[in-house]
Amino acid sequence: MVDQAGVEELEAEAPRRSPFRVTMGLLFRHRLFVMGLCLFGIIVVAGVLAPVITSVDPTKLAMRFKFRPPSADFIFGTDNFGRSLWSRVMWGAQLSMLIGGSVVILNAIFGTLIGAAAGYFPRIDNPLMRINDALMAFPAILLAIGITAVLGPSTFNAILALAIVYIPRTARIVRSSVIVLREMEYVQAAIAAGAGHWRILRHHILPNAMAPLIVQLSFLFAYAVLSEATLSFLGLGAVPPTPTWGNIMAEGRQYMTDSYWIITIPGVALMITVLGLNLLGDGLRDLLDPRLRIQQ
Amino acid sequence: MSLLEVRRLTTAFRTGRGEVTAIEDISLDIEAGEILGVVGESGSGKSVTALTVMGLLPMPPARVVAGSVRFGGQELLGLSEMRMERIRGAGISMVFQEPMTSLNPVLTIGEQIMETVRAHEGISARAQRERALEMLERVGIPSAARRLTDYPHQLSGGQRQRVMIAMALVCRPKLLIADEPTTALDVTIQAQVLDLLMDLRDELGMAIMIITHNMGVIAETADRVLVMYAGRIVEEAPVAGLFDRPMHPYTRGLLDCVPTLEQDTERLVAIPGGLPEPGRRPAGCRFAPRCGLRVDACAAGMPPLVGGDGHRAACIRVGAA
Amino acid sequence: MSMFGVFLQRLASAVPIMLIVSLMTFSLMHFIPGDPAAAIAGLSATPEQIKMLRHDLGLDEPFVVQLVTWYLGLFRGDLGRSILMGQPVVEVMLFRLPVSMALAAYALVITLLLGLISGIFAALRQNSWVDQAAMMFAMIGISMPNFWLGLLMILFFSVSLGWLPTGGYIPFGEDLVGWLKTSTMPALSLALLQVGLLARITRSTMLEVLRQDFIRTAKAKGLKWRTVVIKHALANALIPITTVIGIIVSLLISGSVVTETLFSIPGVGQLLTQAVLNRDYPLVQGGLLMVTAILVLVNVLVDVSYALLDPRVRHG
Repeated sequence: MVDQAGVEELEAEAPRRSPFRVTMGLLFRHRLFVMGLCLFGIIVVAGVLAPVITSVDPTKLAMRFKFRPPSADFIFGTDNFGRSLWSRVMWGAQLSMLIGGSVVILNAIFGTLIGAAAGYFPRIDNPLMRINDALMAFPAILLAIGITAVLGPSTFNAILALAIVYIPRTARIVRSSVIVLREMEYVQAAIAAGAGHWRILRHHILPNAMAPLIVQLSFLFAYAVLSEATLSFLGLGAVPPTPTWGNIMAEGRQYMTDSYWIITIPGVALMITVLGLNLLGDGLRDLLDPRLRIQQ
Repeated sequence: MSLLEVRRLTTAFRTGRGEVTAIEDISLDIEAGEILGVVGESGSGKSVTALTVMGLLPMPPARVVAGSVRFGGQELLGLSEMRMERIRGAGISMVFQEPMTSLNPVLTIGEQIMETVRAHEGISARAQRERALEMLERVGIPSAARRLTDYPHQLSGGQRQRVMIAMALVCRPKLLIADEPTTALDVTIQAQVLDLLMDLRDELGMAIMIITHNMGVIAETADRVLVMYAGRIVEEAPVAGLFDRPMHPYTRGLLDCVPTLEQDTERLVAIPGGLPEPGRRPAGCRFAPRCGLRVDACAAGMPPLVGGDGHRAACIRVGAA
Repeated sequence: MSMFGVFLQRLASAVPIMLIVSLMTFSLMHFIPGDPAAAIAGLSATPEQIKMLRHDLGLDEPFVVQLVTWYLGLFRGDLGRSILMGQPVVEVMLFRLPVSMALAAYALVITLLLGLISGIFAALRQNSWVDQAAMMFAMIGISMPNFWLGLLMILFFSVSLGWLPTGGYIPFGEDLVGWLKTSTMPALSLALLQVGLLARITRSTMLEVLRQDFIRTAKAKGLKWRTVVIKHALANALIPITTVIGIIVSLLISGSVVTETLFSIPGVGQLLTQAVLNRDYPLVQGGLLMVTAILVLVNVLVDVSYALLDPRVRHG
């Protein structure tokens, strides 16, 4: 296009540092990424420190304190049973992080396994991808609901259902990077040199397929937290009295006219989490993999 | 008065490291009906010059720092976008390097030619179609009537470039700027397209500014030549004079590596080193670091274009020799 | 290839997916831990009741017989009977579908209008305040849980201002104004996520197209900038944008489950939530299958319109 070759070269030139440090340096200059990291960090810290920063049992009933608005005594107010919303929201953060984190880990493991197998071994690609496509054909939340309907509502089942819903999407992303990498000359050379499949996958393919996977996983964390909140809002997640942001809002719904804080505070927490993770994912994508588009 | 008069034109780009000058102090004239060749390596500022004249550089990041561009006596720099639109395509047209990507893939060939006519002349749809057809036939597209409803991907590269030329010339512009019009084409097609351009010049009486890095193309087509290096004009000459008696060491280097139509080199191998990056250009003569004839005085200041009989070069040896 | 040919070809490629989808839906009930009939009947059921239910659902037959019966039913358009409603699943679903479709269509219109327009303006004014505001709005859109937005809207528009009802539904066939009153908040809260998504995709696609050489050609011809944007840039950008319509519809269906429950709209989403909570497995199975089939069909149509928009695909 425009005679800019020289200009681009000029911009591309940077002092030589290790690629890792360059990446980290750039990430921390990405304003939105840092913002995302802070927002998500707040929730992670809240979840980890929940036992320390809350003095009241989140399930402890205290009817005489019910419907207290936020005040010095009850930072976030209380709900219809007089339970401290501060305790419930903090413990809810822990559960959200637990569920989101577990779904992400399961995706990282099984998504990579399935995706790498399908992308690397053409013979099993077709059958694996047909099953994958079928699972992806279901509307995400509906499938999760269907699975929890069968397994029954619980924290573990919510994790399982969300993992089943999202693993096909992760596998597809890993598969497409593996297919591209497999055709790279250095990989073909390694195959020709007689390197074993496992070795090629581990040393040549998977490390280079990590960038899009990491981006996907950070968005996935957001969907998982959001979907879990939806499930428990519908009464299909963790069983009360276990506090989750979704079921706090579901219970607070009938009282929202007078006690608006019961639905607004967990919603804000949920939004901070999802916004933080989305910003984080955007930042990672801009830097690691600019070609990757917004994924579902 | 020349058809196009460019005076001391300087264009800069804003980059991450401040403003960088892309072309500097460019002055050139094109007479009606003349073919002016502009030659230089990629990055020398040929295209930026053309796009500045057309007002097609994205601003920002680009900015015209100084200078004037007069077309038919009218100053183009600072002209409103609306008035500029009237000149583009009707007064000055442009043909680009990549016929593959320069045509809109979702519109038919006919529509893309007709909309140019529509933009400049208030004539009926039927008359637009006739003009498009006539022009397609003129540029040598076989069974043109059928091709009007074709999409760009259904044509070969050479045919697409012919369509680009038809599109550029359908409103009979006085000046055609052809930016590397044959670079992306096969060698045999290149010669055909160049012949077509020369024929059309004779027929329509327009001037052509042909931008290339290929000396062979210059020899085939141009009446007069400008040699650009690192954003500046280093030599200006009638085509015969340039090939017989190149004055600037850079021009000599260009001629020494003899890129003919058949053998085409994007970067010059005969001259050691590479084009300095914009923003890191040396003080004094830009070519000095690569020049075999360099003396201390070369770094002192930018030598002016000097010489006679329309043959001038920017080298301190020119006056001395 | 004719357009109808393309349609048939894409439809044919959806068949294996639907076969696997239906197999998965069928198997769903067999993953119930323990005895499905006992689970459905509930704790208070007598052994006789459980036995009868087991027989009604065909669970006392061998697996293969159940499978064959399921597929035979499928081809006859029979998805079993809802335990809760005592009616055929297909009938129950067909009764509820128009409600959900009207809501989804409303939300889709909002999505396309807001998403495309804000995306295009953001791209045209890249890095300006318009762009930054639009992208911040889009980011909030994709980060805001739709049921929470719904709750906030109820709190604001219904409880505080009293402008709109907190829930309920009036069919648009009966009373258009009533339908708008009951559907606007649900549609808005349902659309928000997709608006954000579409705005982001439209922006990045438009930016990519605006960088293309043919845009410069169009400008060099002396076309007005407006013409260049609408006729040259948008026409090209719409092709990749079309492909996300399938994703958008999928998200709309997912979102409508909770939106319908929140606003008490008697659509498919609410129906399926009820079915799950009441362990009406035939309804869950049949409903899931029907909704997924509709989604697969939407994706076939998206593929076809993709081919329709892109002459490179259309003319092979």
